[in-house]
Parts: sequence; structure tokens; C-alpha cells
Amino acid sequence: MIEADRDICIGAGMCALTAPEVFDQDDDGLVVTLTDEPGPESTDAVKEAVQLCPSGALRLAGS
Amino acid sequence: MAAVLPTRRDNPFDPPPDLADEERPLRRLAFPDGHTGWLVTGYALARAVLADVRFSSRLELRRQVVRRTETDEIRPGKPAPPGFFIAMDPPDHTRYRRLLTGQFTVRRMNQLRPRVEQIVDEHLDAMERTGPPTDLVSAFALPIPSLVICELLGVPYADRQRFQHDSAVLLSLDATVEDANAALASLTGYLAGLVERKRGEPADDLLSGLIEGGELTGDELVGIAMLLLIAGHETTANMLGLGTFALLTHPDQADDLRSGRVDEDKAVEELLRWLSVIQFGTTRTAAEDVELGGEVIRAGESVAISVPAANRDPERFAEPGSLDLGADAHGHLAFGHGVHQCLGQQLARIEMRVAYGALFRRFPALRLAVPPQEVPLRDDMSIYGVHSLPVEW
Repeated sequence: MIEADRDICIGAGMCALTAPEVFDQDDDGLVVTLTDEPGPESTDAVKEAVQLCPSGALRLAGS
Repeated sequence: MAAVLPTRRDNPFDPPPDLADEERPLRRLAFPDGHTGWLVTGYALARAVLADVRFSSRLELRRQVVRRTETDEIRPGKPAPPGFFIAMDPPDHTRYRRLLTGQFTVRRMNQLRPRVEQIVDEHLDAMERTGPPTDLVSAFALPIPSLVICELLGVPYADRQRFQHDSAVLLSLDATVEDANAALASLTGYLAGLVERKRGEPADDLLSGLIEGGELTGDELVGIAMLLLIAGHETTANMLGLGTFALLTHPDQADDLRSGRVDEDKAVEELLRWLSVIQFGTTRTAAEDVELGGEVIRAGESVAISVPAANRDPERFAEPGSLDLGADAHGHLAFGHGVHQCLGQQLARIEMRVAYGALFRRFPALRLAVPPQEVPLRDDMSIYGVHSLPVEW
């Protein structure tokens, strides 16, 4: 389960760049999650996106 | 007594040899104004400082990390001018950045790719027509990002001589104060006039959109336009110039890039990491006492974050001293980290992903036209690179 805090997001786009099947940006550049439960094939990319997020807006629930 | 920031390089591509001290990723640093602050050279600590808003970016609190010319208007110790959000903290920074992020999303930058390809091809055609030798900086590395950012912002490219000159003076470490003040006044005046004209004749560009949004004063629009114009071409231009120099001195890797044996996207990240053109890094000042790496950074103390050193931290990157286009360089700090991470990074990526490959495919025999030690290096500029790069093919 991914938590994306749009109040913290600064729209750098690292998530959309790293895991485009899971993250997108809206017209204001802020993070949008395309799915709450990404498939196992996306696990590594999602972890990397969370780690790369410059503003700390992304969290994996339970982590 | 603490030492000053080491700036003397042994060769064009490696940071100064005494910059990083693996035993001490955080150490005391003498700032040019006499302040004793801190220098971060380790990756993990650099990332921690950049992500922590207790380390302020406000211009009032900032200090120079190397002695350099500043203008009277925009200088450490003074409040940031309107719209100059690179030198502000949240929530001021957030307000400006939020007005811009929608213009620089991954998707919008990907949509620009065909236009970037066209611009790159046109400049390669022009090089072919003129024939060798040529200066790659003035024929390719500078004009491509300059034209792209002009089109995006809505700045007439025909005026480039004026703003490229002003911008170069403002990024020079050793311009005279008079010249720096004159360049800032010239650029401010130019952009104020442009904003006025766009109020009367809006077009489909970023500045017109900001004007029509109605949230920003004229001064704020000028401040934002100046930041984006300077950042949009000096940074990518230097990555293209210095990156090409690096590839020309690593011909096997240039071959891998040309033939597609390495992924262009990964190659760009590795060049960003290895070259780290923000050569003096960035500074923050503690707004309160903060514990960091076993030390306490006292409120008011400044911390210099060395991006080149952090990007070569052996704790984070395998073989950090070697250029390896196939290596995994993700997570590098070339675009910074935290709320100030580069707004235009996705644009810069597209420009570099297109430009390096197209250049080496068009001119497979591309080579330096002078011995490598004669390439003039930008030791004297805030953003590192080459002043010119004579090439032939």
C-alpha cells in the first residue's frame, strides 16, 4: 500500500520517471498514484521511487 | 583552524583530490567571510542535510563557500528578491514552486522530445554545412538548451546575445562588481520589458501562462523568469560540453553509446553523477541546533554540501572514480535533493538523452581538434564545464 502526501510533494517527477506504471503527475505536477496495490513486477521500481522522492512525500505503508 | 574548500583540480574530470576525506564525511570548513562552518562530503549526510528543512536556504542566512563576485541587489545576507525561490524556504518557496511544477512534469517533457530532436538535428546539420573544425560549445552545447528554454518560457531567441552575455557575467566568480551589477540590471530590464509586452500579447508559453494566472506581481515574474532562463541554459549546456569532452577521452564508451550497447538513459545519469557540474555544491544554514553525523550543527552555522564529493562516495557508488556508462548511477545528487531539487531536471534529461547519442551517431569520427590539456576549463565559473571544445571529424 502506497501513501502519497500531495501536501508535501514538490513535483520533481522522480516517481513518475522511475515507476511510471504506478505514479503519474497531475496538471499541477503533483503526484498521483495509478494503483494502490501495484503488482509484484513493480515492487522494485516502487521501492526505488519512494527512496528517490526528494520531498519525502511517498511512503510504503508498514514501512 | 579549519581549512577552506579545496578547489584545485588535478585533471578536467575529477573533483579536487583533497576535497573528500572518507574518514570524515562531515568536517569543519572555513568560509571566505571568516565563519567556521561545516563541509559535507559523504553521500548519506549530504542527502540528509538537503532533505531537512531545518537547514535553511534563505538568502539572508546564506554564506559564500568560495569567494566570488556578488551583485549589490542579490547577495548573501540580503532577503531574496521577489520570485527568487531558490533562496527561500517553505512556505514562500512552496508557493512559487507550485505555480511551476505543472510545466515541467515527466509527461510534458516527454512531449517536448520531438521538438528537442528537431533542434538537435538542425544544429548537427549546421555543423555539417560549416565543416570541421568547430567549437562544440558555441555550435551545439550552448544553443540547444538555450533555444529549448527560450521556446518554453517565451523568450525571443533572437535576443540571445544579450541574455547569454548577462547570464555568463552573473555566473562568473571574478567579474567586477560593476560588471555584475550592470549585467543584473540589464537582464532585469530586459525581462521586465518582455513581461510587459506579453501582458499585451499573450502567447502559448510559460511566462504568458504565469501572467494570465494573475497570482504574481511584475517583480515576481521577472525573478522567476531570470531563475529559469539562467538555470535552463547554463547547466545543461555545460553538461553537454563537458560530457562530450569526457566521451571523447573515453572512446570505447562513446562507441558503446553510439552503437546502443549502453542504454542512453542510464548513460546520462552516470555522466551527471561523474561530472557533477555544480562544482562548489550548495550551502544551507542551520535555523536551529541540529544533530548531524555525531556532531551538533549550531543555529546560524553554515553547511556546504559538496555535490561532486557526495556523488563519488564509495559507500554509495561502486567504482565511483570511473566513468562507466553502464553503471547504475541512480540516486545521484547532481540535481540536488529535498524541496529544492532541480525543477527542470526532466527537461535536462530529455535534452541530454537526445543530444549525446545524436552527436556521436552523426559524427562517428568526432575527436578533439586540440590536445586535451588545451581545452579551457571553467574553474572560474559557478557551474563547471568547458569554455570551448574544439572538435573535428
